[in-house]
Amino acid sequence: MNKFDVKELDLHYGDTHALKGINLPIPEKKVTALIGPSGCGKSTLLRTLNRMNDLIENVTIKGDVKLEGKDIYQDRNVAALRMKVGMVFQKANPFPMSIYENVAYGLKAQGIRNKKVLDETVETALRSAALWDEVSDRLNSPAFGLSGGQQQRLCIARTIAIQPDVILMDEPTSALDPIATHKIEELMDELRKKFTIVIVTHSMAQAKRISDKTAFFWMGELVEHGDTEQVFTAPVDERTRGYVNGDFG
Amino acid sequence: MRRRIEDNVALSLIWGGAGMTILFLAWMLWHILSNGLSHVSWEFVSSAYTTIGETSGIFSMIVSTIYMVVLSISIAAPIGIMTALYLTEYAKPGSQLVKIIRFCTESLAGIPSIIYGLFGMTFFVVTLGLGFSILSGALTLAILILPVIIRTTEEALIAVPQSYREASYGLGSSRIYTIWRVILPSAMPGIVTAVILSTGRIIGESAPVFLTAGMVTRIPESVLDSGRTLTVHLYKLTQELFTVNEWNQAYATATVLIILVLAINLLTKLIASRFNKAAY
Ligand SMILES: Nc1ncnc2c1ncn2[C@@H]1O[C@H](COP(=O)(O)OP(=O)(O)OP(=O)(O)O)[C@@H](O)[C@H]1O
Ligand SMILES: [Mg+2]
Repeated sequence: MNKFDVKELDLHYGDTHALKGINLPIPEKKVTALIGPSGCGKSTLLRTLNRMNDLIENVTIKGDVKLEGKDIYQDRNVAALRMKVGMVFQKANPFPMSIYENVAYGLKAQGIRNKKVLDETVETALRSAALWDEVSDRLNSPAFGLSGGQQQRLCIARTIAIQPDVILMDEPTSALDPIATHKIEELMDELRKKFTIVIVTHSMAQAKRISDKTAFFWMGELVEHGDTEQVFTAPVDERTRGYVNGDFG
Repeated sequence: MRRRIEDNVALSLIWGGAGMTILFLAWMLWHILSNGLSHVSWEFVSSAYTTIGETSGIFSMIVSTIYMVVLSISIAAPIGIMTALYLTEYAKPGSQLVKIIRFCTESLAGIPSIIYGLFGMTFFVVTLGLGFSILSGALTLAILILPVIIRTTEEALIAVPQSYREASYGLGSSRIYTIWRVILPSAMPGIVTAVILSTGRIIGESAPVFLTAGMVTRIPESVLDSGRTLTVHLYKLTQELFTVNEWNQAYATATVLIILVLAINLLTKLIASRFNKAAY
């Protein structure tokens, strides 16, 4: 069962043709990794999936992005889409608020005020993000006091708290040290049971470790996609082979 | 060797400039305070102004000044903040409307303040029939400070990290909620600065104030009464400096003004640092 179906997607930033005729199915409750050299359009594709590109001027999008069979660009309710398709950014970006308020933010934005509901959701989300044990005694202290890795897990918790179906991650570990990275990867292994995950990564090793499916991009084109195993061991395209073997990129 | 000399010359120029600034400031402060401070008493600050007798004070001017500040700010701040929010959060950058608003604020900022006074007098005082009143004055000053409030607030809003907006919108929250919970709180020190800068401006203006609010020395009973602010009062006093007593009053009023402005500056710093801490 596919969560997303991207069909003939073209995206322009002004005159820059950033995505060219992309066709990509994204299976449900699997981890799909987007790889490719810098500037090839990975982040751009990721951001079309929850319409974050809407925030940028002069973006034109052609083609279909279907979520559970419905075109997300036909539906006007972008807020509902983003509650269903959460996002974790490259650089941890907690709000300048307490840990608790960060995790409760999405719920409060939906108008949920019930203290009990909020408390429960915050705890569950922090547990799912493997952060609860480290912060349970200081929920009301500022999120900026956490380490980089903890902040990133807080951002994951904040996303989990709105109970999305899909979590998009744009190089979530690129600013973290190996230990913090390892923690997040472990966490993703848990998350894959409940969520559909799409992750952009520059690390071949990471893509191999954590993903079920891999899609390789090259200058705005989707060159090849398939089971991670196959893409890494038996790539069909010359460029994919070069990239996964580290010949360039 | 040449480098050395050039460095030393540059250094002494910089130090000279800095020293000069401090010297002038200190000199002026000393001049005013040494002449005025001894004439500032509780009585001076708390009694009414009279032209006869010994116990003339500036109480009504202090009250008028406070009215003027509070009213002008309460008119200009909401409008200015909303405009800035529109410019940074809603409008498409580079759209025609944005250009027009920018052009207006920039032009407004460059107009000599007496022209505001003239406009206020013909429009608010006469055409709208508000008379010489605190309200006419406050409306005029509100237009005068609007550019500062818009510009400063806009800068504060632009300085809010884009990642906050992305995070908030990424969680499905609305624009209003994002502005209210994230953007405004982060921009608050800048907005407070805008308000305080404007307060200084309001306190400092004379011409546009007496052209619209008049010079009546009584305590205004409502915003439709005329009132004389401290700066207008000082201006008036300096028009007729004949006796020693009049000189003393002028210096004493100047002293109170200086203390007021210094206090406001201090307050800005205090509030800004509070907010910085509050925002972690
Ligand atoms: N906001 C924007 N405005 C204009 N062009 C953009 C914008 N964002 C990205 N681009 C262009 O679109 C292309 C794809 O960018 P994108 O960020 O998707 O690449 P990426 O694969 O994520 O790269 P990286 O690995 O460096 O993050 C690039 O040529 C980039 O310059
Ligand atoms: Mg990217």
